[in-house]
Amino acid sequence: MIDCATWIGPFPFRELPHPEPAVLVRVLAREGLSGAWVGYLPAPWQRDPTPANDALFASIAPHAALRAAPVVRPDWPHWERTLRDVAEQGAAAIRAYPMHWGMGPHDDRLRALALACGEIGVPLVLTVRFEDLRQRSPLDVAGDLTAAHVRALARAGDRVRLVVTAAGRELLEEVHWGLTPDEQRRVHWDFSWIWGPPEDQLAHLFRTIGAERFVYGTHWPLRLTQNPRANLDLLPPDLRSDGITDAFSLALVRKTPT
Amino acid sequence: MSSTVPLGGGAPLVDAHAHFLHAGAGRADWQRVNDARLRAGDAMGVTYHVASVLGSYGHSSPTYFPSPSDVTRGNDAMAEIARAEPERVRWYVTVNPNYTAHALAELKRGRQSGAIGVKLLASRRADDPLLDPICQAAAEYGFPILHHVWQHRTREWPNQEISDGVDLGNLASRHPTVSFILAHIGGGGDWAHTLAAVRDVPNVYPDLSGSGVDRGMLDAALTTLGAQRLLWACDLTMETGLAKLRALEVIGLSTNDMADIRWRTAARLFGADAFPRCRASGARHATTTA
Repeated sequence: MIDCATWIGPFPFRELPHPEPAVLVRVLAREGLSGAWVGYLPAPWQRDPTPANDALFASIAPHAALRAAPVVRPDWPHWERTLRDVAEQGAAAIRAYPMHWGMGPHDDRLRALALACGEIGVPLVLTVRFEDLRQRSPLDVAGDLTAAHVRALARAGDRVRLVVTAAGRELLEEVHWGLTPDEQRRVHWDFSWIWGPPEDQLAHLFRTIGAERFVYGTHWPLRLTQNPRANLDLLPPDLRSDGITDAFSLALVRKTPT
Repeated sequence: MSSTVPLGGGAPLVDAHAHFLHAGAGRADWQRVNDARLRAGDAMGVTYHVASVLGSYGHSSPTYFPSPSDVTRGNDAMAEIARAEPERVRWYVTVNPNYTAHALAELKRGRQSGAIGVKLLASRRADDPLLDPICQAAAEYGFPILHHVWQHRTREWPNQEISDGVDLGNLASRHPTVSFILAHIGGGGDWAHTLAAVRDVPNVYPDLSGSGVDRGMLDAALTTLGAQRLLWACDLTMETGLAKLRALEVIGLSTNDMADIRWRTAARLFGADAFPRCRASGARHATTTA
């Protein structure tokens, strides 16, 4: 099982302990995870994604368990070339931050990015939030990703593959039940912000939309890596054998970029 | 009986911040939620849940501004749950300080019904003089006060009259013989502000509960306050409680520090007789891990 939601690098709004790739590798081993998709944490707040992607690939190169999830922003000149280049460099997934880029749910550029990623078999990772709304810096004004964004991208085409991280139950259900069954299968979710007992929201979602719609994501280095495992361990007994999807399997069918 | 070690380890464990629902909470599934707390608590190894009922949870008056009648009904329900679960549940009596006479009467009634602490919501800013008579009664009864706290209030938020660590510190300084449990440092807002705000107020004890699992939070709390000022707790998210227990293990605390956070700080605040199963289990655990 891989962790689909990790980053390296500093966070603009608070000090993070050791957000370095070597530490991440040790954490993955401790948690029994086989690898991780890794983003570069400063990237959402930087305009030009190129330096962030360069830093990401260089930093994780010595670590076989870490696969890059670089940024491609579709309002940047020659983004198609960037997508091709990072795919050739071995990107396991592409990260996009529509809220930080001021892109609405029906932005054609965002749709084009989702379709392009789908064409080459690379999942597009969307992050609903980095921190709880109540603790955000007054300068962190991007806001949470909306359900409308996810619905619009899931409907963009049948090859689109989305991994949505840090969604709460409400957003997740609003998206899932607003899609056709075919569209639902294009979206996977991590459960890092889904509550366990006593409300048992994760158990509810396993029963209603299915465990297979979920992937494992910790949000290291922002959040405790122990949290998703604890949530799985506290599922009611009848759900503990239900298998979530390994995000690794979502990126297996890779077309050569053209 | 199963000999499986609980998910949270075999040593005593007190959840110092728990809640139960009741039939007047406006939820058809209230019993399921209560059962889920006990089920998960048993799986984790929670020895005691120290719990409160927050009025009608918004059904007939606001959660954080409960009417006197909702306060009374909620306390009745909480007392009944504690009576039904004497081996697993202890309780706080909830009061709304805007109704002084009612609040004092509820405290007295709660004490007679077996409550071991006071729960204050966000009905009035923590350093408001209206809280003083409550604190005086708590001092007389030997009740710790669990106070709902927003970590660093930078503005007003709807549905609550929020207080932060500075506000609670002001109240605690006026009542140095009362122990104040600062609710959920992971429960929203800036926990780093809270740690700095209460560092020099020795009768304020943050609990670790809340849905927030920021990396660095536990380390900072330990560095700033030490294990003897911290209480493990879950509040509304028990998976984050289990995750924090496991993270504390990774930090590598001493057996003594872990015992303080798991139950001994709570035992010091609530009294040695509040948690008899902890005392017995703690003695056994100390013997087997020595």
